[in-house]
Amino acid sequence: MKRFLLAALFFAVLVLIWEALFRAKIWSPVLVPSPRQVADYLEGAAMDGTLAKATIVTMRRLIIGYIIGLLAGLPLGLLTACSKLWQDTIGTLALGLQGLPSVCWVPLALLWFGQTEAAMLFVVVMGTLWSVVIATETGVRHVPPIYRRAALTMGSKRLHIWLKVILPAALPFIVSGMKQGWAFAWRSLMAAEIFVTILTGFGLGQLLHYGRELSAMEQVIGIMIVIVVIGLLADKIFFSPIERFLHRRWGTSQA
Amino acid sequence: MHLAVRHHHSSATEELQVVTPSKLAIENVSKSFKGGSGSVLALDKVSLNVAEGEFVCLVGASGCGKSTLLNIIAGLEKPDSGTVLADGKPVTGPGRERLVMFQEPALFPWLTVFGNVLFGLKLKPNLTKKDRHDVAKYYLELVGLSRFERANIHELSGGMKQRVSLARALAPNPRMLLMDEPFAALDALTREQLYGDLQRIWKARNKTIVFVTHNVREAACLGDRVIVFSPRPGRIREEFAVDLPRPRDINSVDLAVHATEITKALKSFGQPELAAAE
Repeated sequence: MKRFLLAALFFAVLVLIWEALFRAKIWSPVLVPSPRQVADYLEGAAMDGTLAKATIVTMRRLIIGYIIGLLAGLPLGLLTACSKLWQDTIGTLALGLQGLPSVCWVPLALLWFGQTEAAMLFVVVMGTLWSVVIATETGVRHVPPIYRRAALTMGSKRLHIWLKVILPAALPFIVSGMKQGWAFAWRSLMAAEIFVTILTGFGLGQLLHYGRELSAMEQVIGIMIVIVVIGLLADKIFFSPIERFLHRRWGTSQA
Repeated sequence: MHLAVRHHHSSATEELQVVTPSKLAIENVSKSFKGGSGSVLALDKVSLNVAEGEFVCLVGASGCGKSTLLNIIAGLEKPDSGTVLADGKPVTGPGRERLVMFQEPALFPWLTVFGNVLFGLKLKPNLTKKDRHDVAKYYLELVGLSRFERANIHELSGGMKQRVSLARALAPNPRMLLMDEPFAALDALTREQLYGDLQRIWKARNKTIVFVTHNVREAACLGDRVIVFSPRPGRIREEFAVDLPRPRDINSVDLAVHATEITKALKSFGQPELAAAE
């Protein structure tokens, strides 16, 4: 509770500084709106449903693409860790493509799929996939061989070893790869939505873009705040509990 | 599932019954490894018989192939030549009839203490969930860790980890236990407790045990027989019967007499090899 209050105090002070800067009129109010204006915009957008609609469109793209990326990345990573051949081929490909900023997929996606959901999904999948592949491979390669040997003596066989020994043993690596994949996917999706109007749905990135077109700074800042809050929530609701579990079980120090 | 299977269902009490221990026949087993400086003969025509319920200790300097032999018995490695028969049947791969306890605790950190002990039991057919739980509880009590069944592995001390490893290896009720320097990394006091516990458990559960160590006193304390290996190439050089009454105390004078004799043998085989290497 004390931690929560301190954090709340911190953000209250930030807003106060913002308000003070607005009142000092150093910059034009068009460029620096007041917290009040931003709050009014957010309230209006929340009331008329724009915000909810855009958030749902964006989150749907993100979550579906992310899940596809995970489902493809995990087995690919396991496969890559299986043999030298897969490591030299798929592994090298994954390493190369992970280094490619995922926003670079946007032009290709648009030419292949047009201004559609498929293009957005493709960008998110590419953002997620390679991080997950590489993290899974690294994780599997770091599993101490003795776990495998111990499991073998207890009668564990191929598939059982993969599912019950190697996969859980690699979990700390896989989770950090999932986190990185999520961050890449989220960034590339925002970039894609800002660059391109997708006819099938109006996401948060597009709201941000139109805020700029209309010179509506309160909209730009308001949407940025929403994007930040979504990122924080994803971390607190999804990743933090998993990481807490890993810390508790493995006894690794709290990062 | 076929209904007839129901008849073969074994309850926890059946599962906990003492099974007849294995006997082991090792004939002319050789094994070499390719290393940086060419091929190293880790085992050279090793033959050894272990009787049902016998506690045999393998001692030798590091590199004498004693751990390799243990891995071959476990089925984790294949010999280049020679045969290993467990109860008359050739060993073709690892299996729960012969469970291994390693030097470093190979416990799974993603499972609790209880989950680790359950691991091998879940791979045994025809056990209900309740049977498995009863069996796991029994073995955790046997190693004195009932209070820690919900603990995470990293919360345990080195000695407790090896107790859990022992419970995990015992739980599927193997007929033979293979132990690869399981107490080497522990402090002396913890080790002494475990010597007592291991002798008690061996008696209660009637297992054949092959125990690898480089600690001669430990070997004399635990073994019915102590087999002395010499390194490069790994060979069996001598064996000693230890006929002291049990439970044995590691600090007893009689035991020290045996240990001195074994140490003398060990040194006599070790020295010329070392001289040759230099």
